[in-house]
Amino acid sequence: MRNVWTICRRELYSYFVSPIAWVLLTLFAFLSGWFAWLSSSYFVQDTMASQMRGQAVPMSVNEMVIAPLFGNIAVIGLFLIPLISMRLFAEEKRQGTIELLITSPVTDLEVVIGKWLAAVLMYASLLAVLAFDISFLFIYGSPDWKPVVSGFAGLLLQGAALLAFGAFISTLTKNQIVAGAIGFGLALLLWIINWATSLGDSTAIRIVSYLSIVSHMESFSRGVIDTKDLIYYLSMIFLGLFLTTRSLESLRWRA
Amino acid sequence: MIQVTGLSKKYANYVAVDNITFSVDKGDIVGFLGPNGAGKTTTMRVLTGFMPPTAGKVTVGGYDVFEQPFEVKKHIGYLPEAPPLYPEMSVVDYLTFVARLKGIPNAEVADRVQQAMKKCSVADVTTKLISKLSKGYRQRVGLAQAIVHNPDVLILDEPTSGLDPKQILETRDLIKGLAGDHTVILSTHILPEVEAICKKVIIINKGKLVKTDSVENLKNRAAFMIELNTRGSADEVAVRQKLEQVVSVSKVVDRESTTSGRLAFDVEGLAGSDVRPDVARAVVQAGWNLLEMKSSTTLEEVFIELTGADQVAPESVTAGEEQL
Repeated sequence: MRNVWTICRRELYSYFVSPIAWVLLTLFAFLSGWFAWLSSSYFVQDTMASQMRGQAVPMSVNEMVIAPLFGNIAVIGLFLIPLISMRLFAEEKRQGTIELLITSPVTDLEVVIGKWLAAVLMYASLLAVLAFDISFLFIYGSPDWKPVVSGFAGLLLQGAALLAFGAFISTLTKNQIVAGAIGFGLALLLWIINWATSLGDSTAIRIVSYLSIVSHMESFSRGVIDTKDLIYYLSMIFLGLFLTTRSLESLRWRA
Repeated sequence: MIQVTGLSKKYANYVAVDNITFSVDKGDIVGFLGPNGAGKTTTMRVLTGFMPPTAGKVTVGGYDVFEQPFEVKKHIGYLPEAPPLYPEMSVVDYLTFVARLKGIPNAEVADRVQQAMKKCSVADVTTKLISKLSKGYRQRVGLAQAIVHNPDVLILDEPTSGLDPKQILETRDLIKGLAGDHTVILSTHILPEVEAICKKVIIINKGKLVKTDSVENLKNRAAFMIELNTRGSADEVAVRQKLEQVVSVSKVVDRESTTSGRLAFDVEGLAGSDVRPDVARAVVQAGWNLLEMKSSTTLEEVFIELTGADQVAPESVTAGEEQL
């Protein structure tokens, strides 16, 4: 456990001492701020319009502002997450520091979990920015807090799963850009794969769309934690970390 | 301390290390010598547990590298050819990370880091970023990284490569200072370095073990070069046969002659015997002209003789220059 924390800490150090963390945080602050402002502005406009028509429809901030916002952030995440994970192992291989890790008394699994955990914490710091955006809704309105919490849980799980796969991809190359590009391609594919559902409802299509990463976010952002979605994310994380560990092990045989 | 038995390492299509056996005693400084591509780095990587051998057994301090890698890794300090440094970290943060990684208890970490920095004379740059350091400092931080957990065995892959002459001398002194407490294996293709630091030498070439001996013995070997002219009365083969018949001569190898009409050979006598007078007599009695006899006493010549002159010559020239 101490080894995991040692590795995680060094990884976080590298994120925050280099420009990566700050560039990502700035980018994310603008993007999430933009979407937060946009969806709350729509909401205000719609409320005023329905009041003018004399309708007193009880409108929900959760359904009309927060749920779509989580949806948008989930998609932005697909673009940003490969940027977090691409350096994890590629950079170590390029610098030669991988020799230090492999010849130290730590297991491959400890290295993998330490690095993945650091990436997840880095991603969580982005979500903290989003929490800041959403806090304004609590100041000016009174949304239900439970869907907000589950939405964050969903975003975190989705991120953790993609980061596990990103870590795996990063073990395959010395080149960060290659790792980033493949990671981005995979994230995009996992997003658009459920567009096939419009083609029908055969078993094959249902399986394919179950694999889609964003569709599992939807119930989370509506405040519903479905076991099906939870199992999906947890098994994706497990699979990703398993592949990463195996790939790291095989590095010794290939190096 | 280190026992290597029948070690082989095969890559996809070539054999990097071929059935090497040697041992290193506690407290020794051993030079691992060979031309570039001889298999030095590969052997060291197997010793440190970075990669598994294709065949053979390696034990460090009684622990099998492959079966008890954890125990071995705790007792080894390793400086790869390129020091494994994180450029974005400061020296003290980096060494603290390595100390924790090597399993040093938290309470001792700061102390060990200070000691390592002092030993490797990087105490004046503790808070500097590694990316801002000069090559010599980086190498020393690399060395500090290898000794921070006070390992029994130090494995250093070309520790002086790329340093300027002053830094080379400092690094050598540093390594010499570490011996005694630590068993040191260092690889190099610079011969004066071995003469300067090591007690024992392991020479490998093209993946094969060529010689294991003490530096002293190698320099005192009864080997010499002989050049003669037969004026056409005998060819190379006949002369070699004649030389081989001389009492106590163990090995005769053809050597490319510098001038046409001359024949040149490397002659080696049995250990402890000086065969030069007998060889000279034999040549004269055969009616040939003895032109030159020169013993190869520098390690450099021994090395060239053992590994094949053609590919090593340019490197030993640069090595000589570095010594100046």
